[in-house]
Amino acid sequence: MSSPGPRLLKWELGDLVELVQETPKVASLYLNVPAWPGHLAGQHVDVRLTADDGYQAERSYSIASPPEDRWLALTVERLDDGEVSPYLVGELKVGDKLELRGPIGGYFVWRAGDDRPLLLLGGGSGVVPLMAMLRHRASASHKTPACLLYSSRGYADIIYREELDRLAAANDGLTVHHTLTREKPTGWTGYTRRIDAAMLEEVAWPHDQMPAAYVCGPTPFVEAAATLLVGMGYQPIWVKTERFGPTGG
Amino acid sequence: MKMTEEMKLDGNAIGGLLREIFTVEMTMAETTCANCGQANPIGRVDVYVHAPGTVVRCPGCESVLMKIVHGGGRYWLDLTGTRTLEFAEA
Repeated sequence: MSSPGPRLLKWELGDLVELVQETPKVASLYLNVPAWPGHLAGQHVDVRLTADDGYQAERSYSIASPPEDRWLALTVERLDDGEVSPYLVGELKVGDKLELRGPIGGYFVWRAGDDRPLLLLGGGSGVVPLMAMLRHRASASHKTPACLLYSSRGYADIIYREELDRLAAANDGLTVHHTLTREKPTGWTGYTRRIDAAMLEEVAWPHDQMPAAYVCGPTPFVEAAATLLVGMGYQPIWVKTERFGPTGG
Repeated sequence: MKMTEEMKLDGNAIGGLLREIFTVEMTMAETTCANCGQANPIGRVDVYVHAPGTVVRCPGCESVLMKIVHGGGRYWLDLTGTRTLEFAEA
């Protein structure tokens, strides 16, 4: 399963079998992709749309489902001025087909056999590949200690909120911390600011535990978080990053 | 942060494009900068996709490592800034 293998990357069609609205702007697309070769947590796919006049637009989306799942799940944030995401979140319906190719990537991946303490820092929809990692971890027999620090704008923007609550409640060595950058709901006990050094000192593994860190989100988030981790004594090589552009939807 | 900084992506974003060209997984391929000699996996390098083509820069010294243009049924690669590119066979 899931070895990249000598396989040419080809465009193929997936059938949308389920659509889950995660937040007002974010939906998960569950796809049945015949002959899907398997994937690793953290990989992505390229999605291609073709207009009636032949114009094509391509975007990359992280895979949200773990390797163990039957369907391939993509979680997509709708960007109102985007070319692709407004179609995926808003127009695509169960039963429709979607053209994609993958899995792609080998750098920003995590395998459950890696027993270093796992630190995941996600900003907005940057949580998607990290969720694939947490879902993969949840189905593994040996569970390495893991910590997710997830930054969202507001409470309603938290993707996978209930599932994250459930995963953390399993009490199997995973802790989940939220921070909200634009809103402070009544009764909220999480953080209410951008990720900073003091927050990481409180939640992140100390550097002497030689953790594996994965940081994914918008470029400014990733740059800031990776710099803070190196400032805490993390070796740059322990910190894997994946950036989203300001456009690209 | 400057506008150009905000446009920065990383090598993960061109995993599909490089796989078209080289046919194998390339984000773990190691590239050595011809200018400063720093070696990095492609997943770690800086990538700008807003030019007419794709521009790949060294995260150490910001020199251009590669320029890639794809269109009209052809690929055009400028690897002047790359000293070596090492990757696993399929």
